[in-house]
Amino acid sequence: MAVPGFLARSRIVASPGWTRWLVPPAALSIHLSIGQAYAWSVFKTPLEKTLHLSGTESGLPFQLGIVMLGLSAAFGGTLVERNGPRWAMFVATLCFSAGFLISALGVATGQFWLVVLGYGGIGGIGLGIGYISPVSTLIKWFPDRPGMATGIAIMGFGGGALIASPWSSAMLGSSPGTGDIAVAFLIHGLVYAVFMALGVLIVRVPADGWRPPGRTREPAAARPMISAANVSAANALKTPQFWCLWIVLCLNVTAGIGILEKAAPMITDFFKGTSAPVGTAAAAGFVALLSLTNMLGRFVWSSISDAVGRKNIYRFYLGVGTLLYLVIALTTNGSKLVFVLCAMLILSFYGGGFATLPAYLKDLFGTYQVGAIHGRLLTAWSVAGVLGPLIVDGIADSEKSAGKTGPDLYSTSFYIMIGLLVVGFVANECVRPVKEKYHEPVDHNQVGSEA
Amino acid sequence: MSTATETGARSGGRTALLVIAWVWVLAPFVYGVIELITKVVDLFGG
Repeated sequence: MAVPGFLARSRIVASPGWTRWLVPPAALSIHLSIGQAYAWSVFKTPLEKTLHLSGTESGLPFQLGIVMLGLSAAFGGTLVERNGPRWAMFVATLCFSAGFLISALGVATGQFWLVVLGYGGIGGIGLGIGYISPVSTLIKWFPDRPGMATGIAIMGFGGGALIASPWSSAMLGSSPGTGDIAVAFLIHGLVYAVFMALGVLIVRVPADGWRPPGRTREPAAARPMISAANVSAANALKTPQFWCLWIVLCLNVTAGIGILEKAAPMITDFFKGTSAPVGTAAAAGFVALLSLTNMLGRFVWSSISDAVGRKNIYRFYLGVGTLLYLVIALTTNGSKLVFVLCAMLILSFYGGGFATLPAYLKDLFGTYQVGAIHGRLLTAWSVAGVLGPLIVDGIADSEKSAGKTGPDLYSTSFYIMIGLLVVGFVANECVRPVKEKYHEPVDHNQVGSEA
Repeated sequence: MSTATETGARSGGRTALLVIAWVWVLAPFVYGVIELITKVVDLFGG
């Protein structure tokens, strides 16, 4: 199917003098919006009360949304590469906003299945396409600082919930009825459409042969782990490097999500019965702090990876992460400050792991189809999203049944996380430059680098 | 002469666009961070 003129890749080739610093806000307008998904919990209780749903039912739109994110990123990646970032951002805007509008209709008419289909199904496609839409474009605009560039965008995904959570709460008020929720969904759909339109309008791809100011050639082989060659998405799946990184991402995310998903009850359980118990408001503060470090880690660590190298930064995430989990497991509830600092750092590594990934893929597989490869690798996220909570929740429930309390509820989980991070560390050590037989012929490289 | 004027006008337009684009995304972001900091205070101060 042909892409309409306005959305075509050929229409968004940057003219001489176009500044590359317009691309990060374009990417942020998309990621800050779709990051709203992490604030879905704000709608859960109002939906449960008004539509008489169980907690599991009210979580369905979010769960389907995350599944659709992984699927659409994995299967839509090649399409995004072919049609370009404006098309991808437009599709993401359309789907994400339509998801809210359909949900508004669903709540207004009392048909919850429309909320699941709208927010989770159609909106979820918007999440996946939107997540990968700016990645390869940013890498092409910032070949000198790919970690920093993708870090900015992916930080936006972490920051989306920071904006949406207080905004949605304020809009819903203390006891919203179906009409209030429907109106809130409607406003979300319209406001996000306008906000994301900035990305659609200003995104540009660099002209063929464009180089950053002050650079006259590619930095090929400046480091042994940075390849000048390109690998297609289909071939990338055949390489051990792809699967090593899949394991690294999956285990790093599992380790982070284990804390993130249960942060509030975890800190409350940890310090129950101590001289410094943690109340509801303080637990909410802990969750907010983790969100902040998760977000900042995406930008800070990913930017540092441009200087120290991708393999080294993952050694840091996985190695230091292991030690931090060990400190928590050994010190238990001895110090609130130590617990909070360790959790903050672990969450910053969780975010950093997401944000550094596109640059790691670019180093190994080149820029040719890096967005599509990134999309396929995000399936590791879907697996980790199930694995992390399953480990922490399952073990905590089982320990509680056995009569244990406090830090004992989580000790086993922490030792499992340590084991997973060690496996991740080993997988990262196995990453080597991709063999030449997987490289694209030179002609394809040129086509791939066409913006 | 007119070419130089056009180039200058285009450059000025792009600078304005750059400022608008960054304010567009940073304004709601700053709002979110401020809201978050007020919650964090409760962790140690509450």
